[in-house]
Amino acid sequence: MAEIEHYTLNFGPQHPAAHGVLRMILEMDGETIERADPHIGLLHRATEKLAEIKPYNQSIGYMDRLDYVSMMCNEHAYVLAIEKLLGIKPPKRAQYIRVMFAEVTRILNHLMWLGAHGLDVGAMTMFLYCFRDREPLMDAYEAVSGARMHATYFRPGGVYRDLPDTMPQYEKSPWRNEKKLKELNANRQGSLLDFLEDYCEQFESSIDEYEALLTENRIWKQRLVGIGVVSPERAFQLGLTGPMLRGSGVAWDLRKMQPYDIYAEVDFDVPVGRNGDCYDRYLVRVEELRQSTKIIRQCIHWLRKNEGPVIIDDHKITPPKRADVKNDMESLIHHFKHFTEGYCVPEGEAYASVEHPKGEFGIYLVSDGANKPYRLKIRAPGFAHLSAMDEMSKGHMLADVVAIIGTMDIVFGEIDR
Amino acid sequence: MSEMLIKSLEGHFKDQIKSLKFYCGEVTIEISPADVIEVFKALRDKDEFQFEQLIDLCGIDYLKYGEDEWETEEATGSGFARGREVEEKARELNSPRFAVVYHLLSVTLNQRLRVRVFVNQEDMQIPSVIDIWNGADWFEREAFDLFGILFEGHPDLRRILTDYGFIGHPFRKDFPVIGELEMRFDEEKQQCVYEPVSIEERILVPRVIRRDVEGPKS
Repeated sequence: MAEIEHYTLNFGPQHPAAHGVLRMILEMDGETIERADPHIGLLHRATEKLAEIKPYNQSIGYMDRLDYVSMMCNEHAYVLAIEKLLGIKPPKRAQYIRVMFAEVTRILNHLMWLGAHGLDVGAMTMFLYCFRDREPLMDAYEAVSGARMHATYFRPGGVYRDLPDTMPQYEKSPWRNEKKLKELNANRQGSLLDFLEDYCEQFESSIDEYEALLTENRIWKQRLVGIGVVSPERAFQLGLTGPMLRGSGVAWDLRKMQPYDIYAEVDFDVPVGRNGDCYDRYLVRVEELRQSTKIIRQCIHWLRKNEGPVIIDDHKITPPKRADVKNDMESLIHHFKHFTEGYCVPEGEAYASVEHPKGEFGIYLVSDGANKPYRLKIRAPGFAHLSAMDEMSKGHMLADVVAIIGTMDIVFGEIDR
Repeated sequence: MSEMLIKSLEGHFKDQIKSLKFYCGEVTIEISPADVIEVFKALRDKDEFQFEQLIDLCGIDYLKYGEDEWETEEATGSGFARGREVEEKARELNSPRFAVVYHLLSVTLNQRLRVRVFVNQEDMQIPSVIDIWNGADWFEREAFDLFGILFEGHPDLRRILTDYGFIGHPFRKDFPVIGELEMRFDEEKQQCVYEPVSIEERILVPRVIRRDVEGPKS
């Protein structure tokens, strides 16, 4: 019989389980991984370099396209960094809106992760369920910003505009009868807040549904329990953050420990795992879905009762009202300067980080006093996580690599930047 | 919180710290490349620091720091033309050009620290911190790839983000945004060919520095 010694296997870059364009060179001994060498950069767009040649506000849209399943969280870090350097603080209502949408985004991200992770290890139904529940949140995005995904909604000093009073409705078409149309539009009769409240109501039972399908599922547990175990010490060494760190039993959440915006005022718990394996990280993320729903509810409650401005009134930084531009010379000049030259940010450097659904997402901004960043560094959580791939997959079977990629919640938009 | 950190930093690294800044609620220190290993080891292990995580490591090129493309002392009659030419300006010699910036996080003490190290201009070398924080691996490869900074002691310093066979370090300030090569499929040769870029670089919004803008007080 021929002796088969170590061989290398090329995985990706076009592989459905690679979650994008990940290429991995796997050195295998039979079906066991000896060494994994991920090759990244196939989606490198040099976002950081492009930001250096644009006024600050024009790069907000690029942030959406980093981690394209948690768009507003990326924007959040970017505007926080600019606000830090400018020394401004947005109005309270804007902060609540931002937190509410950051949590909506967290649900969007975790649903995408849950669906894709399920599909990777063979749970087809999860994928369909998760995408069904993502749809209303995308509609909320659309109602507030006009875009389903790449919102560009957050601005230094607040948010682009206030929440809408009406929701867009489904329209008549030859494929929908009157009854169906009424059903579809039933929860869209009120404002965006009513719509989101209704969503939270039914979403909690959806989470129970997911859990009924997966948590005690024999196959699911066989694929995840004891796979990709990371001890807390190693997690620190490897730079893991977010659910990857909490899954290993470290209760570290930036929303609690270094609160930004109004996270200090809302009540929520930080779920923590025990064993640091894929299954614990699954449990942590599912619990985060519940906690996010809880935060959204509190924000809705507050936003209903408190009206107010959603962006600061300093027209050196934010554009003036459209009506003023028509009537007032000063506003016209501000408007023109804002959209051509932009605003200058005082010389200095700042690092702002948010608890992104995937981990710590940070923006390191260096300004030399110009209207464009001198250097922008994006600290993407997925980059550090994927670099731990070699260590996490060593000694596991080939099929487990797919589960480990899944548990890392890899999105190439942010890793390759 | 930060005062405590600043005090212990000053106490411990009296000789190593070249400058210490506190701005926007963040502490930044600057050290020289020779002290990197010693200082970072202490920052990780000493009780009053306990920076068990290296959150971020990145390179910076200070080549064009503080240079603008359009002077704005007074209002101009002509305004600025669209599509300005890219100008080369002479730079002060001897001022250090490349720096590596480390962002550290202590989960135990809930504190952050930024450390800046200017790289030796002659050999572009700096000691690798991969043995102190294993997570530095890819971050150092990235800084090497994009800036050409060499991390001494890194076991596997390959390019990471750019294409296989890429030449140059794209995030250096003297590397054009449009790149140097473009690729297309050649019908005759029936293969991909690389050629010098055919497009011209231009500036749509000039870089303007206004000194009258004030930042936060501390």
